[in-house]
Amino acid sequence: MTEKVHTMHEPADESVDSAARSTGGVAAPANKLIFSVNDLSVDYGAFTAVRDVTLGIYANDITAFIGPSGCGKSTVLRCFNRMNDTIKSAKVHGSILYHDIDLYGPTISATQVRRHIGMVFQKPNPFPKSIYDNVAYGPRLAGLKNKSELDELVETSLRGAALWDEVKDRLKSSALGLSGGQQQRLCIGRALAVKPDVILMDEPCSALDPIATARIEDLMQEIKQQYTIIIVTHNMQQAARVSDRTAFFTTEVNSESDRRTGVLVEYGRTDSIFSQPVDDRTEQYVTGRFG
Amino acid sequence: MTAVIDNTSPAPAMVPLLSDLSSVSGRRRNKNMVMTVLMGVSVVVVGFVLLLVLITVVRKGWSIVVSEFPKWFTKDIQLSPRRAGPGMKAAIVGTIVATATATVIAVPLGIAGAIYLNEYGKRSAFARTLRFLTNVMAGVPSIVMGLFIYVFWVVPRGVDGLNAFSGALALACLMLPIVVRSTEEMLRLVPQNLRDASLALGATASRTTLTVVIPKAAPGIISGSLLAIARAAGETAPLIFTVGAAKATNWNPFSGTNTSLSLQIYANAKESFPTAQERAWGAALTLIALAFLFTFGARALSGRLSRTTES
Repeated sequence: MTEKVHTMHEPADESVDSAARSTGGVAAPANKLIFSVNDLSVDYGAFTAVRDVTLGIYANDITAFIGPSGCGKSTVLRCFNRMNDTIKSAKVHGSILYHDIDLYGPTISATQVRRHIGMVFQKPNPFPKSIYDNVAYGPRLAGLKNKSELDELVETSLRGAALWDEVKDRLKSSALGLSGGQQQRLCIGRALAVKPDVILMDEPCSALDPIATARIEDLMQEIKQQYTIIIVTHNMQQAARVSDRTAFFTTEVNSESDRRTGVLVEYGRTDSIFSQPVDDRTEQYVTGRFG
Repeated sequence: MTAVIDNTSPAPAMVPLLSDLSSVSGRRRNKNMVMTVLMGVSVVVVGFVLLLVLITVVRKGWSIVVSEFPKWFTKDIQLSPRRAGPGMKAAIVGTIVATATATVIAVPLGIAGAIYLNEYGKRSAFARTLRFLTNVMAGVPSIVMGLFIYVFWVVPRGVDGLNAFSGALALACLMLPIVVRSTEEMLRLVPQNLRDASLALGATASRTTLTVVIPKAAPGIISGSLLAIARAAGETAPLIFTVGAAKATNWNPFSGTNTSLSLQIYANAKESFPTAQERAWGAALTLIALAFLFTFGARALSGRLSRTTES
């Protein structure tokens, strides 16, 4: 682990800043810029999934990506920790600067990137191992062997994921015995154990019931003090509830090939995206008239 | 949205609908009955054949195995087929030595090949070619495998080439495609989201394979390998040209001729003497018992593995 920047600024100014409504939302950021995405496009073979995305992500913010199915929001999310590398046909153009380092630079190791930028997936995906081993998996990868240090890290990670009290007496039993909501919090705890800088969440609540969803949302508010969170969600209310900034994506149909490509429509502070959207398409989407 | 639901009095239109619920057409009932009977009959037929084989082998082979017990397991094979009496140790040892050697060669190689195909090669041209060749290899008759090893391995070495290791090479050729195919199938069943979870925590592809994919697939990989081992233990054809025809026990796979239970069944059953035929039945019983014991033990092992990974 090299440099780790945990900026602890005060939460961003909550007042509606008209300049921040414009695409990019770069005006008057209270927090440090942590990612800057420039002209990002992703192709799957000959098909362009999403194109020309330019936006900045700020430290200790929760940034939500919303939009209809197929608009490329998950694809963009997976670029931040190079998970698209696992799909052979995927090709990423443009750049993502993380603390001014290009994540797609020739000398960058995807595995190292993923230790700084963790991810929580749509479906809870605990390993078929014990609760303890799930959380200890990441630290062990990084070479941590000391039993007492591991114990401590597992405890703080599970506390961080608001799961410790429920599982502290059965750390050695299988993670698959937990409920869906507990499994998802375990996956968050497992991501926290690597001590990342950023946590990407790909529709983390879509497989959960409302109570479990509320717990995850509370958890996100707690951990944003220390982490930067980017969340993809289908649920507009969720974006409105939890996020500081929102990016709205939609699909554009290419009239020649009849293929749909995702584009970023509007990006800004969540309250302005939901109350005073600039683009008609954003307004239609957030008011429920489309998508 | 103006429909008014009147729930104070029963709706008369609902009555014929409800009676539909309990009506199963006669045709469907008959079809159900015929299919149930057919399935029952298939079970009985298969079970009957299996039982018949087992009963015959036990009835004809039992006496020589238990007479003067435990000589069957401790004495070498009678030098003359005409002579009566037990002794099959050489063949039991030969079967174990050849099968174990073949397992050591084919199982790691097969698992490694399957890992390459499913985790790295995937749909690449090289992987597709390899997969195709594996399928071709699985279709090659076992005697051809025996001939192949005989021509390319045994003949250049002359008489010294006749040993358990040569037989094991031929058996390994048979086992390899079975292990590759069953292992790849099991690896394919491991959900992608487990791999993603591991990769997202900063694990390399090889680490992910070793710590997540293989443990998850282990019970299936073990069953597939068992199938291959059981198949190899019962093979005769690949051994005919490769291990020679010993009657004395030889634990060394690399030197000296050997024999096997399957070869002894083949050799003794051909003889016209009742003494030899009795030995053939005894060898058959021993082979079945050996396979059964082995399968049983390995099932217990793989059961324990899957319990620790899944519950």
